[in-house]
This record gives sequence, C-alpha cells and structure tokens, in this order.
Amino acid sequence: MGKVIVVTSGKGGVGKTTSSAALGAALAHKGDRVVIVDFDVGLRNLDLVMGAERRVVYDLVNVIQGEAKLSQALIRDKRLETLFLLPASQTRDKDALTPSGVETVITELKRVFDWVICDSPAGIERGATLAMRHADIAVVVTNPEVSSVRDSDRIIGLLDAKTVKAEQGERVEKHLLLTRYDSNRAERGDMLKVDDVLEILSIPLIGIIPESMDVLRASNIGAPVTLADARSAPAMAYFDAARRLAGEVLPITIPGEKRGIFGKIFGRKAA
Amino acid sequence: MTKVLTDARSIRIKGRSFLAVVLSPDLPFDDWLARLDDLAARSAGFFLGRPVVLDVTDLPIDRAQLKELLGEFSQRNVSIMGIEGARPSILGQGMPPALKGGRPVSDDAVAKEPVIELQNSSADSKPAAIESRQPLQSIIIREPVRSGQSVIFPEGDVTVIGSVASGAEIIAGGSVHIYGTLRGRAMAGSIGNASARIFCRKMEAELLAIDGVYKMAEDMAPSLRGKPVQLWLEGDTIMAETLI
Repeated sequence: MGKVIVVTSGKGGVGKTTSSAALGAALAHKGDRVVIVDFDVGLRNLDLVMGAERRVVYDLVNVIQGEAKLSQALIRDKRLETLFLLPASQTRDKDALTPSGVETVITELKRVFDWVICDSPAGIERGATLAMRHADIAVVVTNPEVSSVRDSDRIIGLLDAKTVKAEQGERVEKHLLLTRYDSNRAERGDMLKVDDVLEILSIPLIGIIPESMDVLRASNIGAPVTLADARSAPAMAYFDAARRLAGEVLPITIPGEKRGIFGKIFGRKAA
Repeated sequence: MTKVLTDARSIRIKGRSFLAVVLSPDLPFDDWLARLDDLAARSAGFFLGRPVVLDVTDLPIDRAQLKELLGEFSQRNVSIMGIEGARPSILGQGMPPALKGGRPVSDDAVAKEPVIELQNSSADSKPAAIESRQPLQSIIIREPVRSGQSVIFPEGDVTVIGSVASGAEIIAGGSVHIYGTLRGRAMAGSIGNASARIFCRKMEAELLAIDGVYKMAEDMAPSLRGKPVQLWLEGDTIMAETLI
C-alpha cells in the first residue's frame, strides 16, 4: 500500500507545483513508483512543469466522471519510467471533483504506486480540501514571509480537522518545506528567519530550498528541477528532502551558511 | 403573605426570580444587528435557549419598528421573553409581555449563568435552582491554536499549552491562559466577568478584550511586546504588566 502525500500551502505562488514535481522525480529516481496528481482543476500547471503538456489526453475529471479509465489518463514520464502524472482538467472547475470520485481514484493509485503525491491548488476551498483529504503525509510549502506563514498555519489547522486521518482520530504527518529562501535577503533581515518560521508553525522542517534561477530554468524547459540539473543547489535540497520524507535522518543545511551551522540545525526538533 | 391557606385545592401562586440577559439596542437597528450578528458568529450558540429581555428604554421607536426588530430576533433564533422600558402605546398583540422592576445583577452572577444552562440541557430536566453553585469549569488545549481556529468556551477558563497564531482567537467566559506566544486574539470574561484576566508567556496579540473592553495591538505599550504579560480590568481600562 502506497503513501499519500499532499503538497499544500494555502497561499499561491510559493512553489507547490515545483515542489511536487521535484520531490516526485527525486523519489522516482531511487526506483520508487511515483504518481503526481494535479488537483488544480481549471488552472493546471503540473503538466507544463513536467514537460507533458502535449501528451495529455484524459485527465482526473474524466476518470472521476467515468469517461476514461485510470490507466488511460496516467502519463508516464519520458525520463524516469517509474514516474507518472495524472493531469488536471483545464476546461473544468473544482466543482467537477467529487469526494467519492477522489476517494476511488486515490485508493486505486495507492494500490499500484509507492507514493501518491497530490499537488494541491492554492486556497482552502474544495480543490484544496479534497487534495488533502486522504493524505498520510503533508508537505507544507512556505516562503519565509509573514503572509505565507500565516496561510500555512491555517492549512495545518485544516490538516488536523478535515482529513480522513483526523476524522479517525489519527494525525496527518506534517512537514515544513521552506522554499524560495534567499540567503542575501536573510542576511539583510528582509525575510523571516528559519527559527522564527519554525517557532510559529511548530512542525518539523524537511528542507530549505534556496531561491534560484535554476528552478525557473527547469520549469521553462519542462523538467522537474531534480531532473533538469541534479547538481544544482535547489535540486540537491529537494533530493535531501525526498530522502527525509522516506524516513532518513539527515542534517538540514541553511543555504548560504557555512558548515559550522550544521551542528546547530541538526537535531532540531519542532514540537 | 404569611397567611397559610388550609384548603389543599387552592391555586398556589409563587414568585420566583430568574436571571436573564438584557439586550439594549440602539439606533439605527441595522448597525446594531450587524454587531449582534458579529457577536453571535464569534460565540456560536450564545443566545441558544437563553432567556433574553429587550430593553427599549428611551428609544424613539413606534410599534411597527418594534415589531420589525422582534422579527429580526426570531430570525436569529433569539427568543425574547419580555420587553423592558417600552411605552404601552408601542406594545401590541403577540408581543412579549412588558417587564418592570428589573435589577442589575453583578457580572459574576451572569458569568455563572451558562453553568445553569448546562444543567438544564443535561439528561435530568429538573429546573436548576439559581443557588446551586457549580464549580467553575475550564478546558485545556494541548496543541497550538492555528490561524482561523476559534476556541469558544463561555463556561469558564481556557488554558492553551502552545501558541495562539495570528488570525486565531480564544473566547473564554473566565480567564485565558496561554503557555506560549499569543499572536491572535484573546477575549476573557466574554459574557460579562470583569474579574477575568489574560495571561500569556509571550505577548504579540492582535487584539485583547476583557468583559467587552477592547484593546488593539497598536494601543499596547511597546514595552510589553514579546514579554510574559498579564492583563486585567480596572473600571473600563485594561491594565497590563509584565510577569517577573
């Protein structure tokens, strides 16, 4: 039985889709079978970031409404044969997603794949709540600025209330992924510090992704950053985050800081 | 009064006093109702099953306006048990009876009201006597209160072991204790308890209120920011001091 990961944030533009693609590719790179499901019906982007926009025939809404079989809608990545994409529909809206339809699709995907990554739309409405509904693990993508942190806090509250796990009295495992971290701005004090974000959100940190042109470049050529340039700083941070998701314990690096800081950050545990 | 009737079949009429919440609307009603809705939205079920008396003393309204106002209340499921201070000319058929001789009670007594209400809603529906004093209740929340979440507990104290996020709120009938950072809103003594206090380990609050007296973040002394603080009410002023 595979694990369901929701990549969510509340706020838009913080890097959910980029992170979904990069984490998915990093997990698939180890040989795990991975599917990334785009829940952003009406504003799909994941197919572009994955470079599969010309190969979309059927989508999530077609499967939910019984117009296509799941196997017809899944798109296999051309670079990694264990990586799949289930695209969203661009012509429909979020109302086309039904709770029972989503449940059926997720249950079926869990049987076949090791990881089912749900790329959540922004907001806290239907699309976002359905994306998180069946999650075992949540990756909360946050930028080091106040509005993103507050929205993430709101999402964490919803993860503890509106998921199947929460309703059964269990807890969704929650991880913080800090993205678009700019070491220069952090030095100048223009951004929230890592410690401040951790103190406010009080969930464990799974990685810090530096702000980098490599991310934009990868999106533009239609490849997850972990496949476009595996040696770039953001790609390496995503690879480490993926290993932590899979249960490994690794020290966390704050981009732009010297190695001496490792000891301080390592072993940090948020309540 | 002391004359004892010997005939067992006679009708016995007794007096009994009950505690009611009094609402005193002001004009224009639309604005006042909006504020009432806001209050009701923030403390769900506040008026549910609670006896409410409408005080219209000195309000220049006529019968039609009063009728319309009563209609607005019934739409909101607020049951008006009586009207105080109304000129007889504006009272009409089908309206709640006029009440006279109401005495203000101490805020303390109103604060105990929900306890009585709780008793009423329990399995044995014996009418609860005002005199029976229940121990004050409290709830403890063992995790952070996240943005967008509200903790509403009119029955007594709220203790949070963790932080209260920006955009979260705690509304307590009694005192509020935050063992963490208070970044959101805290309202103590929400149903009229001037002796309620707010305590927090680190003060970053957006808004504070005790017994309906508000204080916004910008009105707070900058020296309190980030400090362990307690707040209490003196008259109509919220007082604050750092702890230790």
